[in-house]
Amino acid sequence: MLFEGFAKVADAGPVGMITLRAKPGAALDAALGTVPGQRQIAGNVAWMSPDEYLIFVPYADAAAKITELDAALVGIHHLAVDVSDSRAVFDITGPKAADVLSKLMPVDFRTLPVGEIRRSRAGQVAAAVWRHEDGFRLFCFRSVARYVFGLLSHSAQPGSEI
Amino acid sequence: MSTRLACGGRLIDRRAPRTFSFNGKKMRGFLGDTLASALLANDQMLVGRSFKYHRPRGIVAAGPEEPNALVGLGTGSRFEPNQRVTTTELFDGLTATSQNHWPSLEFDVGVVNNYAARFLPGGFYYKTFIHPRFAWKHVFEPIIRRSAGLGKAPIDRDADRYEQAYDFADILVIGGGIAGLQAALVAGRSGARVLVLEQTAHWGGRAPVDEVEIDGLTAGEWIDNAVQELEGMENVTLRLRTMGAGVYDHGYVLAEEKIADHSPADGRPRKRLWRIRAAKVIAAQGAIERPLSFAGNDVPGVMLAGSVRDFVVNHAVAPGDRTVVVTNNDDAYRTAILLVEAGLSVPAVLDARPVADGELPRRARAMGIRVETGRAIAAVKGGKRVTGVATCAQAGQGAVLETVACDSVAMSGGWSPVVHLWSHCGGKLIWDEANAHFRPDPDRPPTGQDGQGMVVTAGSASGALTADAVLADATQAAGGGNVPQATVPQEAPVAAIWVMPQGAGPDLRAKMWLDYQNDVKVSDVQLAAREGYTSVEHTKRYTTLGMATDQGKLSNINGLAVLSQALSIDIPQVGTTTFRPPYTPVTIGALAGEARDEIFQPLRRTPIHEWHETHDVEWEPVGLWRRPYCYRHPGETSHQAVMREVSNTRKNVGLLDASTLGKIIVKGPDAGRFLDMLYTNMMSTLPVGKCRYGLMCNEQGFLSDDGVVARIDDETWLCHTTSGGADRIHAWMEDWLQCEWWDWQVFTANVTEQFAQVAVVGPNARKLLEKLGGMDVSKETLPFMQWQDGTLGGFRARVYRISFSGELSYEIAVPANEGRAFWDACVAAGAELGAMPYGTECLHVMRAEKGFIMIGDETDGTVIPQDLNLAWAISKKKADYLGKRGQERAFLASPDRWKLVGLETLDGSVLEDGAYAPGEGRNANGQRNTQGRVTSTYHSPTLGRGIAMGLVLRGPERMGEVIEFTKLDGTLTKAKIVDQVFYDKEGAKQDV
Amino acid sequence: MLILECPHCGIRAEETELSPGGEAHLKRFGPGSSDQEFEDYMFARKNPKGVHFERWRHAYGCGKWFIAARCTATLEVFGTYPAQTAEPPQHIIDAVKTRRPGWEGYK
Repeated sequence: MLFEGFAKVADAGPVGMITLRAKPGAALDAALGTVPGQRQIAGNVAWMSPDEYLIFVPYADAAAKITELDAALVGIHHLAVDVSDSRAVFDITGPKAADVLSKLMPVDFRTLPVGEIRRSRAGQVAAAVWRHEDGFRLFCFRSVARYVFGLLSHSAQPGSEI
Repeated sequence: MSTRLACGGRLIDRRAPRTFSFNGKKMRGFLGDTLASALLANDQMLVGRSFKYHRPRGIVAAGPEEPNALVGLGTGSRFEPNQRVTTTELFDGLTATSQNHWPSLEFDVGVVNNYAARFLPGGFYYKTFIHPRFAWKHVFEPIIRRSAGLGKAPIDRDADRYEQAYDFADILVIGGGIAGLQAALVAGRSGARVLVLEQTAHWGGRAPVDEVEIDGLTAGEWIDNAVQELEGMENVTLRLRTMGAGVYDHGYVLAEEKIADHSPADGRPRKRLWRIRAAKVIAAQGAIERPLSFAGNDVPGVMLAGSVRDFVVNHAVAPGDRTVVVTNNDDAYRTAILLVEAGLSVPAVLDARPVADGELPRRARAMGIRVETGRAIAAVKGGKRVTGVATCAQAGQGAVLETVACDSVAMSGGWSPVVHLWSHCGGKLIWDEANAHFRPDPDRPPTGQDGQGMVVTAGSASGALTADAVLADATQAAGGGNVPQATVPQEAPVAAIWVMPQGAGPDLRAKMWLDYQNDVKVSDVQLAAREGYTSVEHTKRYTTLGMATDQGKLSNINGLAVLSQALSIDIPQVGTTTFRPPYTPVTIGALAGEARDEIFQPLRRTPIHEWHETHDVEWEPVGLWRRPYCYRHPGETSHQAVMREVSNTRKNVGLLDASTLGKIIVKGPDAGRFLDMLYTNMMSTLPVGKCRYGLMCNEQGFLSDDGVVARIDDETWLCHTTSGGADRIHAWMEDWLQCEWWDWQVFTANVTEQFAQVAVVGPNARKLLEKLGGMDVSKETLPFMQWQDGTLGGFRARVYRISFSGELSYEIAVPANEGRAFWDACVAAGAELGAMPYGTECLHVMRAEKGFIMIGDETDGTVIPQDLNLAWAISKKKADYLGKRGQERAFLASPDRWKLVGLETLDGSVLEDGAYAPGEGRNANGQRNTQGRVTSTYHSPTLGRGIAMGLVLRGPERMGEVIEFTKLDGTLTKAKIVDQVFYDKEGAKQDV
Repeated sequence: MLILECPHCGIRAEETELSPGGEAHLKRFGPGSSDQEFEDYMFARKNPKGVHFERWRHAYGCGKWFIAARCTATLEVFGTYPAQTAEPPQHIIDAVKTRRPGWEGYK
């Protein structure tokens, strides 16, 4: 899926993602290396809630990474589960990429810093958006991928720049 | 007549002519015209007919307060009714048509209502048409509906695109006149993030019209400088053509931006609805001039004095050649002075006050303008156009003193602050005696999240009516600072005069319009008062004063002044009606935004969705999912397809896309204990590798969801939920874990969408899986109600041996990305085994044949598991589970419950869905008592007859009894109460 | 439309990101409780005009439950705090008392 309007909306393809639920602590620090702060993305780990992290890996490596996490956290209450297939990922790029998202999400993109992941709502569905150096990456559930792509391409229509 | 002046017009560009049509007639205007100024330039004063009496009506105002001049704009898929000509920017090819008349604007049959006005007083529909009763529906209502009303609803699909957008501001300034700009300058210089909205296409509001001087500059120059400075500020955003529609809780503001109204089909969205969150709102919407109530004040050519100035200065359009000015204040003298300076004639200024010696009246007199004080208009002459006015003494009863010929009347009853945005969220008003208007009470603002005021007003919106006061107030509103100095003439106070003449009798009062749009007259409000409508809110509804698209912008204060006089109480005691958003109407398209067509609603697709789409699928919505209801082969009806799918699945093998089934992982040292609380039966004792069917209830004990739970490892369970229930049950789990048992060590994860799940069902199911190969799926290795991980046909798979059909059945979960390929592999492997896909209806028929319940069919939020003969799935050993205490309530434990049974019609027909079984006697309302109802009913191809399940009073005790069920045609069907399991009672077929 | 700050993730979330959960600090009554206790737990709600403690879930955000102390009449928010507590924390009580000196307490 690809739409080129006043910003570019592109399906990012398969991304390996692991939901890790665990309480912060020394064991988690050791297992993850870097534990990001509230709403931050540090390295390949995103803070999702006080006891939930999303870990990005190459799509093919998810199972191995879970095995690794389970080993590192043995004896520590945690849940590591592969969610790579349950999400759709879109990249929104271009100088006005933020305008596309401001039409859909109740989020102040003027103040959203680079490196922060913001969980919210896009149109009528849940979505998380991550601002990085080159634009935005948006995550939603796979079942609504076409709906979200429809939202994004509607919002990126040429002539509808804010 | 109204004409274009030879020179002037600060907003129009005479080098850019524009053509448009009104009622099919070609007309010309200029870029920068509004439709109103362009119509007036073409001497088109008559633009519509009134709502009730079909009286000829012309343009009264120059802004959003216009009540009369509503037209249908555009054609076909771009037609929109009820558009105000005063806020419509002119463009080439604009098409406008007038409304509410038949057969034509010039000759309207409905005007008979005008002569029947005696029968249409305020509240007429509550009394005039009461008798005879039948006549309302068949005679009166159709006639009234045809003759009353505004524009017609569009018929075609809207061709335009709309969208919404979010924005955030420290300070949101609504209104781009000098008050709004000054407030924005002060706020912007402080570094705050400022957003400024202006509803028109121009900054500066009315200041340039009134030739205000600020800091030695003309208003125009000062405004240009201000806008330039604001545009240079990084922290300030300016938006024209954006109307602040409403202020809501916690600083939430809706605004409508007209993007392409003036350039249709240019590829841009037509409108954008802004959803703004502001820490502080500065409402600088200015003030609106009030009409005066005199007989014939609705005749085309009678206009607001300030609006006359707007047309002359902004568009070089003179509404008339000879204009009589009638006023109760000094401001209207500006109109007289301006018109004379433009070379037009002002035969007289009629000032209702006894004395007029302010600076402006003195200037007018010095120019030779005739000023008559203590004078009023007794009546306006003319029908479709003013031809003159009869004058009288304001103090008397209307004895005519003289008749003055004129073709337009400029009236001014004083100015009222626009308090809408202040009031939407609870800001209170006070009555300002000196200015005779309600203005915001700064001590009682609408409060926000922190309990502090979240809206302040600035300028005329605060009640400051002269430029110097406006700038001082605006500066203050934005935090204070240097106030630009405006030089203004001294004005004498307004007189609180509402009706002229003061002692007007009934004949005159019945011709004085308060609310032009709804045809409410002074006499109607006085009648309402006499009939006991002492509350202004009641009077509004009884008379319709202040309703419809203008929401009483002109009529409100005059109406309640008349009411206060009629009730002999002070205006503040009468109070105002409630101000509700939107300030001016918002197009429904903008409210819908992007939500139409494909993205009207999220549609959830399984990984196998596209396959279904290309294989004759008939869809069924399940929550937001689309699931195949059945697959119709060419020539088949839906019913035939379902019957084929059932027979084929029972005989060969069927494939079901079960991906929508909820899947939630529950893990942790306390997971077993947690699931024992959640489910009615024991889940902690489920051995690893096994599956168990479980029920979940809410705290009242009512059944809320069901599904199969699989024990994955020592600490991990996987809970299947219903298709529609996954998110709800996951939230339910998190609620208990976070809010009640937060010390329990349990984590959950909703992995519903991680997997595609395919049910392979039927006698050939095992053969199909063996053909895929890679796993031992024999009875010995993978018995009924167990699961195994493995590789099936090359796919990473988890295979569950569970059955919702009574057949040999496997449900196979694979990673969602591989779902489609796995489905294709199953279809290919099943080709020689007679495999066919089946849909939800086939699933339903098969589960009903087996007597399995379905959440939402057998349950409706009032049914406990015990009602459904599911006591076997309720643990007797557990001290507690969610719903246990609820189920112990006396009425749920009673034997007199409706309980689940099977139902077999005596004639083999299919019972109607939801049909009731009438019982003995009648209830207190005279209705027949009932003793049961049908919950699931199908034709079973397996049994060749209708089968059903139903809830029947003490049903299981009444096996073999025949009872009757209603049919839609009023007759009854006899059905025998039987066991709910119709097929393979021993369960031999699923356990092979 | 309300804005409530989620104490778990720090977002000032607008109402469309949240789902409401009704009155907070209810005590659960299970098997063994009297009909009266169960009725109170299940059905009797304070529904005050004024200071109210209510459950909200940051449903479209971090997914966590929290409790908001707010005035149902003016919509003033006195504070929010995580739901993992049986009673409002002292700083919330203090915040309410500062703004509503006549408040009689949450019970």
